[in-house]
Amino acid sequence: MDLSYTETQEMLRDTLARFLTDTYDFETRNKMIASPEGRDPGIWRALSSELGLTSAPFAEEYGGMGGGHLENLIMMEELGKVIAIEPWLQTVVIGGGALQAVGGARAQEVIPQIIAGDCLIAWAYAEPTGRYDLANVSTTAKKDGAGYVLNGHKAVVYAAPWATHLLVTARTGGGQRDRGGVELFLVDAKAPGITRRDYPTVDGFRASEVYFENVAVPGDALLPGGIDLIEQVADQATMGLCAEGTGVARKLLEGTVEYTRQRKQFGQPISKFQALQHRMADMLVDAEQIASMTLMGTLKLDLPADQRKAAVSLAKAKVARSIKAVGQNAIQTHGGIGITMELAIGHFFKRSTMIESQFGSADAHLERYEALTLPA
Amino acid sequence: MDLEFSPEEIAFRDEVRTFIAENYPKQLRGKQDEGDELTKEDFLSWHRVLAKKGWVAPAWPVEYGGTGWTVTQRFIFSEETARADCIRLMPFGLTMVGPVIYTFGTPEQKAHFLPRILSGEDWWCQGYSEPGSGSDLASLRTRAVRDGDHYVVNGQKTWTTMAQYADWGFFLVRTDPDAKQQEGISFLLIDMKSPGITVRPIITLGGEHEVNEVFLEDVRVPVSQRVYEENKGWTCAKFLLAHERVGIAGVASSKRGIEKIRQIAATEIDGDKPLLANPFYRRKVAELEMDLTALEFTELRTLAGEAAGRGPGPESSVLKIKGSEIQQRLTELALEAAGHYGAPYFRGFGEGDNEHPIGPEWSNRTAPNYFNMRKTTIYGGSNEIQRNIIAKMVLGL
Repeated sequence: MDLSYTETQEMLRDTLARFLTDTYDFETRNKMIASPEGRDPGIWRALSSELGLTSAPFAEEYGGMGGGHLENLIMMEELGKVIAIEPWLQTVVIGGGALQAVGGARAQEVIPQIIAGDCLIAWAYAEPTGRYDLANVSTTAKKDGAGYVLNGHKAVVYAAPWATHLLVTARTGGGQRDRGGVELFLVDAKAPGITRRDYPTVDGFRASEVYFENVAVPGDALLPGGIDLIEQVADQATMGLCAEGTGVARKLLEGTVEYTRQRKQFGQPISKFQALQHRMADMLVDAEQIASMTLMGTLKLDLPADQRKAAVSLAKAKVARSIKAVGQNAIQTHGGIGITMELAIGHFFKRSTMIESQFGSADAHLERYEALTLPA
Repeated sequence: MDLEFSPEEIAFRDEVRTFIAENYPKQLRGKQDEGDELTKEDFLSWHRVLAKKGWVAPAWPVEYGGTGWTVTQRFIFSEETARADCIRLMPFGLTMVGPVIYTFGTPEQKAHFLPRILSGEDWWCQGYSEPGSGSDLASLRTRAVRDGDHYVVNGQKTWTTMAQYADWGFFLVRTDPDAKQQEGISFLLIDMKSPGITVRPIITLGGEHEVNEVFLEDVRVPVSQRVYEENKGWTCAKFLLAHERVGIAGVASSKRGIEKIRQIAATEIDGDKPLLANPFYRRKVAELEMDLTALEFTELRTLAGEAAGRGPGPESSVLKIKGSEIQQRLTELALEAAGHYGAPYFRGFGEGDNEHPIGPEWSNRTAPNYFNMRKTTIYGGSNEIQRNIIAKMVLGL
């Protein structure tokens, strides 16, 4: 057992952290969000083709650095520290993760495009009535000659307006909630029959409702593996999200500590008040637990499916609970200024609130954990 | 990074497992489970077995009798002893005064006391708290006045755990009443058989005699039994508290505790199903496992930091806060599982006490344990004091 990072991993972290410190301050982020596209494509170019960071988690056979889940953790944590609105989770962790899990010709073709920065992926898995059940899918994929025809409505697809590819869950058979018959497809985002309703999200991203109307896709759009593959991808996504949460929580704490040192009431910095000190000590305890659970879940991503799922669910449930506490304590400690758009802290809070439920709420994950580990 | 044990670590785990199976004292088997009060001889019997093997103080430096194990080996050892339901070792010598002596003591003190701590020859107790000095420990008033080669000590200590068995005690005493609070304190090693020492029991809510009041009246203590410089005892006290907080997390034994809760709740019937199928009880078990996993990995991260040369620092307050809360929640779940049978007050202590239990056997001490374990968030620096430490030492407030 060894829980230390390698030198290469530390360097990777430093490289990204330095780049983000230089390019991603609060004002710049606000401008990106307010721009028509809602992001600055130059940032993605720098992260991919210029700095080569997008290659971190990929095997060398695809032109990657040969890293894996820990590299995803490192990157996502640093991106969380600036509440980056880049489609890293969707493209590198989820899309890249799915392709790397499946391997073969599609991986050979698309992963190098991800690394080069030419391919942006959005994950269209949620549906209006599916909540957090990955198998609750009514979108259909009907076999048609060598290919498939997709029909359906995918909900709140983060990064869809920017995506070159959509990673879609759709049903080739079975009833709406059956595990059997759900498959994963990687399709061209501009395929005829795909329409979108784009909108901003409360946490600074862009997302879409995506409609598929008789969308013909080739046979190799299907990434074989069914619900097992989809759950594996979702678990990797969840741990990427938890890593982002680690960065967000650290900054919520740091920003709060800093603010209380400057803000004066009753003739002294409010950081001197024990009531607030204890609130911030609790924030630290929660932030540490978020980091611990993120590491735990990430290190267990390659275990057999049931063990992996139990670990990831336990991690996500804790991260959801703790990040809610950290976020709410940050706002309460700031007072009125915390609930305005003016300080960064509120924007971290908005992202942390979305992290709580993305890929499943604490309740949903505790329920999955119980079903897997506690006999009924 | 790798969570898996290496082949060498697996071999070590098997060695520990075999050693426990072959050497754990027979008369202690099951004693923890039945909740019997452990005697001095019980504690010492296991202590001596480990001492003979050289495993009684894994964290000590090798030159003083430690094992030289890696942090992973130490982790494995604590997992295995908890897994086998081994009784805990008394911490006062092994993890409290021992490290203070090898860190701050004179060569004579090291040579005399350390081997006797390892062998179990001396039973130690901790003279810290006073009736007027709990969380505000530095306000302590027990005085030590220099008289030639001796100090003459007068005062009163309280919450002195297991002092009724103790051969020696380590005491914080005031040697300079005029200095600022923390600067006038010295760290003395006192023979508990010295004339002038009276130990009076305090019985806690579960009916246990764990803690005592200790009265000191003109107790003469040789100056050679002061550790570190005069008036610098607070340095030793702080060092000791940081060490105490790490062990206090109790991850391995809480893991074992959850296993027991699972077993109980799988057999205890609620309506027409096991209690474990009750959605509310079930959720509490899951949440406890969640928080314990978070604690375990926080400890592993701390240990990895320690292996990289960052000693146990103020972060260990995080372990103390979460570890103690979890220990308490375990007793809450057990009491809740007991239902009606939490109420009977049944003291299954003492030789020749052959009364059969009332209700399920495991339920007998659920309420007393629950009462007793309220101590965990109070002792070792209350959890509120731990938050003060985090605020000051970690967050710099």
